[in-house]
Amino acid sequence: MNELVELVGVTKAYDAKNVAVNNITLTLPRGKIIGLLGPNGSGKTTLIKMMNGLLTPSQGSIKINGQYVGTETKAHVAYLPDRTYLSGGKKISQILDFFGDFYADFSKEKALEMLHSLNIDPSVRLKTLSKGNKEKVQLILVMSRSADLYVLDEPIAGVDPAARDYILRTIINNYNQDATVIISTHLIGDIEQVLDEVIFMRYGHLVLYTSVDNIREQHGKSVDAYFREVFAC
Amino acid sequence: MAWDLDTDRPIYSQLVERLQMQIVSGQYPPGGKLPSVRDLAAVAAVNPNTMQKAFTELERSGLIVTQRTNGRNVIEDVQRIQGIRANLAKEQVETFFTRMKELGYAEAETLELLNGKHCISNNYEGEQG
Repeated sequence: MNELVELVGVTKAYDAKNVAVNNITLTLPRGKIIGLLGPNGSGKTTLIKMMNGLLTPSQGSIKINGQYVGTETKAHVAYLPDRTYLSGGKKISQILDFFGDFYADFSKEKALEMLHSLNIDPSVRLKTLSKGNKEKVQLILVMSRSADLYVLDEPIAGVDPAARDYILRTIINNYNQDATVIISTHLIGDIEQVLDEVIFMRYGHLVLYTSVDNIREQHGKSVDAYFREVFAC
Repeated sequence: MAWDLDTDRPIYSQLVERLQMQIVSGQYPPGGKLPSVRDLAAVAAVNPNTMQKAFTELERSGLIVTQRTNGRNVIEDVQRIQGIRANLAKEQVETFFTRMKELGYAEAETLELLNGKHCISNNYEGEQG
């Protein structure tokens, strides 16, 4: 079975006037790194939260691995939220134990190894770290799971170029061929080299789902440039 | 160091060109072992699937071979590699002459320049001054 995520007619309306995600039908394969791209307010985070079971669709259904989103699928989806939910007062080592208790697929060894390679001391408290290092720690936590689906909401926002390169390398090195990584961002130029495919969203609608090299071949421009053309204000 | 790639052309074809260059220039010698897809993808900072696609293309064009249990190697046929190198060189020369033509140089003039009978930089400065 090559389909990992199946969305059928997925809609999320917060109220009658506020439809964040509008009738999206989409099937995502395994083994891909997929960019979820769209301007602010296009419904990216809402869509991601529905894949994680943090929000329920108003209409339509989402299956991951052939199962409807629920407790069972959460065990196979690793989610990096757009803002942190970790308590800054905790030591990193405590957070590692917390993750280990929570997720059967979490590898503490892998996390410690990555922290070590970044010279981040696990015995310090999270709040003492710089913004960039905090983001790296959170990504390490997520990528140390061996999930089927990794959903990263804005993983590179607000970090310096070196940190961004590290984050991208971590993603490339840690996902396996049976897993898919979805990366939501509006910093397209920074990540398009590592993407297989892109999903464009606008006003809650699916605008386009295609491969990066297709866009470059057909339009002779980068995804970033093409995005600017499609979404020109 | 991430590879420097153009943003307006497919990534995969640029990887093919780059690897081809590294093979014909001897950076990966005939019969030599190539890094794994994943390692090279990490070095280049590109998607492993795209690197895989580039490797498949090089395999199809007969420049590398896959050993079932032992990764990928450059072919041992030196003549074939030299042949591909000669083709690449020819392409470069053709591109060069096309560019020179765009600058308004006839082929003979370009050849004269190449033989050192003219000094480009002097002419250029003369025009500026």
